[in-house]
Amino acid sequence: MDEPILELKDICYSYHSLKGETPALSHISFRVKKGEFLVIAGPSGCGKSTLLSMIAGLLAPEEGEILFPQGKPQLGYMLQHDHLFEWRSIYQNVILGLEINRQMTQAKLEQATRLLKDYGLYRFKDKKPSELSGGMKQRAALIRTLVLEPDILLLDEPFSALDYQTRLSVSSDICKIIRSTGKTAVLITHDLSEAISLADRIIVLSRRPANVRCDMPIRLTLADDSPLAARNAPEFAGYFNQLWKEISDEKH
Amino acid sequence: MKSISPGIQPQNHQEKYERTLVRHRRMVRWSRCLILLSFLALWELAARTGYIDSFFFSSPSQVILCFAGMVKDLSFFLNTGITLLETIISFLLVLLIGLLSATLLWYSEKCSEILEPYLVVLNSLPKSALAPLFIVWLGTGINTIIVAGISVALFGSIINLYTGFRQVDSEKIRLIYTLGGNKRDAFLRVVLPASVPTILSNMKVNIGLALVGVIIGEFLAARRGLGYLIIYGSQVFQLHLVITSILILCLIAMGLYRLIQALESYYLRLY
Repeated sequence: MDEPILELKDICYSYHSLKGETPALSHISFRVKKGEFLVIAGPSGCGKSTLLSMIAGLLAPEEGEILFPQGKPQLGYMLQHDHLFEWRSIYQNVILGLEINRQMTQAKLEQATRLLKDYGLYRFKDKKPSELSGGMKQRAALIRTLVLEPDILLLDEPFSALDYQTRLSVSSDICKIIRSTGKTAVLITHDLSEAISLADRIIVLSRRPANVRCDMPIRLTLADDSPLAARNAPEFAGYFNQLWKEISDEKH
Repeated sequence: MKSISPGIQPQNHQEKYERTLVRHRRMVRWSRCLILLSFLALWELAARTGYIDSFFFSSPSQVILCFAGMVKDLSFFLNTGITLLETIISFLLVLLIGLLSATLLWYSEKCSEILEPYLVVLNSLPKSALAPLFIVWLGTGINTIIVAGISVALFGSIINLYTGFRQVDSEKIRLIYTLGGNKRDAFLRVVLPASVPTILSNMKVNIGLALVGVIIGEFLAARRGLGYLIIYGSQVFQLHLVITSILILCLIAMGLYRLIQALESYYLRLY
């Protein structure tokens, strides 16, 4: 299984306006293995989200290629905000993707109900999104992505809109969910501790025009594999300083 | 001073609050009635004492007599009915054409950019200027009047709805694309449901404008309807008839507005 599930080759992209061209991404290449949890970290505004949009196929790279050597996978995308629709109940929000893809089969709907039960939202399935807490809404958004059974999950700073406490517990929940289902995940963040606590591997992007500054596997000695425990792992501080150095060097 | 136990106090405050609210609402209701009644009384008094000439200014009692006469010879039902019918048809057509056009503009940004100056011109043009043309093209009848009603409300409605569609959160539309949807999904599942409040408030404006258009049309090209009665009454100096018609018009305008308001609050209760 050395064949990667996702491969980026020499990706370049620029933003254009009448004032001129702003190079955003320059010659970015990396591979992602099946089942890997990759975190892409970098300063804000360096084009991380643009990169994710390209992987999702919402945007075409100006140069370079995005390859799926194991065949085109089903992609799941989680945005910064939950974007649950107020005119739909939680259940109706969760099956939105099934509706759009015309997959409203008995099995898939049962799967949606099962996920709601597993993640403690079944009691709230007929509620409006505004009646739920921020963390619950983000979990509902994750279920909406998961019912489509994605092979690769793309997460665009999915916790940044939450307050710190909720953020820790939701990121821990979501990490557990992703690991227990063995899915491949690519997560974007500018929070280094979050990156270390979640990742199998971290790619640090430089400032604009962004390229890969370092590619660092993360190995923590842990009793259990939860992001909260990860923050207490002996290697945590070492990784943090190393990453901090990579990012701060950049600024001078 | 009597001492009140703290356990009872919150209830007392709640009761006090409710009583204040009820009193406030009653005050508003009675004040409204009082304004109407004192206006009518003053009007009647001024007409009886000869302070104003009731030939020109009519009086409440004459308006009631005139109204009773209209009910008796059925002209009230005929004329009010036709004006209502024309207004409702215009309104529904504005809603339909407005929604369809705004949808097309949303689908094709190129199209909306090209058509923008034309919409602006059509919207700011005083539509009553077009009425004589409609008469020549369509003759004097219900068609002309409905077209006049549509012309007054339509272009503003298109611009308003299109702007509403454009203001829908683009990240929500992006969500549809990340779930594998296309532009049609984005419209049906995000833009349209998110725009329901805009559509409803737009309907409230349109019903009033459709009535304006219909009355303009009836002034110029009708043999029936409240607009016709107003013009006819003023030409033969039957000002009781003019004022009675205007008052009926007030009631119609209010009734139609309330109808849409009821629809709006029904929707708001639903979500």
